[in-house]
Amino acid sequence: MLAYIIRRMGQSALVLLIVGLVAFSMFRFVGDPIDNMLGQERTAEDIERLREQLGLDQPFAVQYFRFLEGAVQGNFGVSYRQGRPVSEILLERAPATLELAAVSGILAIVFGIALGVFTAIRRNGFTANFIMSASLIGVSLPTFLIGILLIYIFSVELGWLPSFGRGETVDIGGWSTGFLTESGLKALILPAITLGLYQMTLIMRLVRSEMLEVLRQDYIRFARARGLKDRAINFRHALKNTMVPVITVIGLQLGAIIAFAIITETVFQWPGVGLLFINAIQFVDIPVMAAYLMLISVMFVGINLIVDILYFFIDPRLRVDRAGGH
Amino acid sequence: MTDIPEQGMAPKIAQKSRLRVFLDSDIYYTFKRSPVAVVSTIVVLILVLSAVFAPLIAPTNPFNPASLNLMNGFTPPMEPNAFTGDTFFLGTDDQGRDVFSTILYGMRVSLFVGVAAVLFAMVLGITLGLISGYVGGWTETIIMRTADVQLTFPSILVAMLIFGIAKGFTPVEYRDQMAIWVLIIAIGLSDWVQFARVVRGATLVEKRKEYVEAARLIGRTPYAIMLRHILPNVLSPVLVIATISLALAIIAEATLSFLGVGAPPTQPSLGTLIRIGQGFLFSGEWWILLFPAVTLLTLALSVNLLGDWLRDALNPRLR
Repeated sequence: MLAYIIRRMGQSALVLLIVGLVAFSMFRFVGDPIDNMLGQERTAEDIERLREQLGLDQPFAVQYFRFLEGAVQGNFGVSYRQGRPVSEILLERAPATLELAAVSGILAIVFGIALGVFTAIRRNGFTANFIMSASLIGVSLPTFLIGILLIYIFSVELGWLPSFGRGETVDIGGWSTGFLTESGLKALILPAITLGLYQMTLIMRLVRSEMLEVLRQDYIRFARARGLKDRAINFRHALKNTMVPVITVIGLQLGAIIAFAIITETVFQWPGVGLLFINAIQFVDIPVMAAYLMLISVMFVGINLIVDILYFFIDPRLRVDRAGGH
Repeated sequence: MTDIPEQGMAPKIAQKSRLRVFLDSDIYYTFKRSPVAVVSTIVVLILVLSAVFAPLIAPTNPFNPASLNLMNGFTPPMEPNAFTGDTFFLGTDDQGRDVFSTILYGMRVSLFVGVAAVLFAMVLGITLGLISGYVGGWTETIIMRTADVQLTFPSILVAMLIFGIAKGFTPVEYRDQMAIWVLIIAIGLSDWVQFARVVRGATLVEKRKEYVEAARLIGRTPYAIMLRHILPNVLSPVLVIATISLALAIIAEATLSFLGVGAPPTQPSLGTLIRIGQGFLFSGEWWILLFPAVTLLTLALSVNLLGDWLRDALNPRLR
């Protein structure tokens, strides 16, 4: 078991090293870093000095190692466009994305599980069928169109909710939160629904199919024969047993929410990390792109590693073929 | 092997019977019986044909500045313009471009990028899948590990990253021209994994069958065995994935263009048009946004439904 975990960690480290290599190559080979940093007025000495300062006269491997060393310490260089350290910009933007992701994640989990259980229990009911068909449409609508549709209904036509930005934020020890003001909470509603809708339908459909699977099992029939209440059967016995795959998918979707936040943040001009990344691509701001690439990879690789290891503890059946086989 | 003396007749008979074979096949039968499949095929055909023949159908060429009249800007659909008296089927945008024409041309870009990206992903995925399934060993480990790692990232994010990196590597003066090709490569590279996995799985099964053994015994090269013997037998799941991938690729392209990291304004796709239209959401010119969005949805949905039907028809087990 320990061997399996160590091997998975080794693989994760390898992936991160490769991603780091990609990020570093972007730095090193896209355009000329010296060109990007020095203005029009420069002398040959300036160039030489900066070249030495940046370590560009060193061999490739040494430069790569230095880049990794910097990245681990959170030093990703200076944004070409804003002229400030990338880590500073990222820290400033992170709360917006994390708050948005947290709220939509919770929305997706709560409503996803509730609707999933409901549609599984009332399998042939009219409401359940309606929800299932509606979810199909929800899955096939692209995220950005859902966002635009919500803006059209709730901002343009009804005028209830703001269509862009975060509203007023309160600064608590460097963390700017939108949870404490009315405009901040109002501004959060539409983006959170837009971002969470896809994950919600995904969780709902998964819970439904797992529930239907479990409800067919013998022990459920036995519980019914024992005369247990429907509620006890559905929630204490059935729902509990559907949770292993559901938790896995929720874990994996956490990363997806952060990634899809790019789209939602652009639609709603939400000042988060995703919008920063899109702007970085538009203006070819390499240090910001590289930093985002590294961060999101660490996150995805980390989540996958944790889910894989958790799997190992939750489901004993996997231990045999995962560790032994291959 | 038909070694019939009258060879002159053979091709004609073969052709006729091939059509007959198709009309008599199970696939065609289930197709006829499924209204969803028939309707979505007709919709896809209409959309594809109108995109291909856009220059003939479109009332104006929206990208020819000579044919534009700024006075025609913001004309609502089916209403004569207040200044010029011109009427436009789906209205005009801020620059007086006919929305119907921009949609036709935009659909061309969307479909071209979608189809090219899926073809690219398909060729790459099939090649890598065949090689890793047939050769095995270290090659397989490296290819499939890469696939696993890539699969943990959402494909739209992979496409964005590739687009950003490729954009960085292209010289500034070529960026707009190259954007379409960069987009195709980015979406294609984000989508090859599905193909590779399915082809590898099918190849592993086919590899053990007797006909492959026979081909190896008569001395055919691995290259020939993979392409001429195994490939034809693993194609039907590939077809299903390709159709569903096409719908996803069209949406991915629209998303990227909407975000402003895809097709440039000089060559707008449906996503770019929606991006432009979003700017007029608050000022009441709803048609600039609505019609491209509806076209995109119709296109993606009908391709998707077709893919779903194809999956059910080719895989009776899943029904």
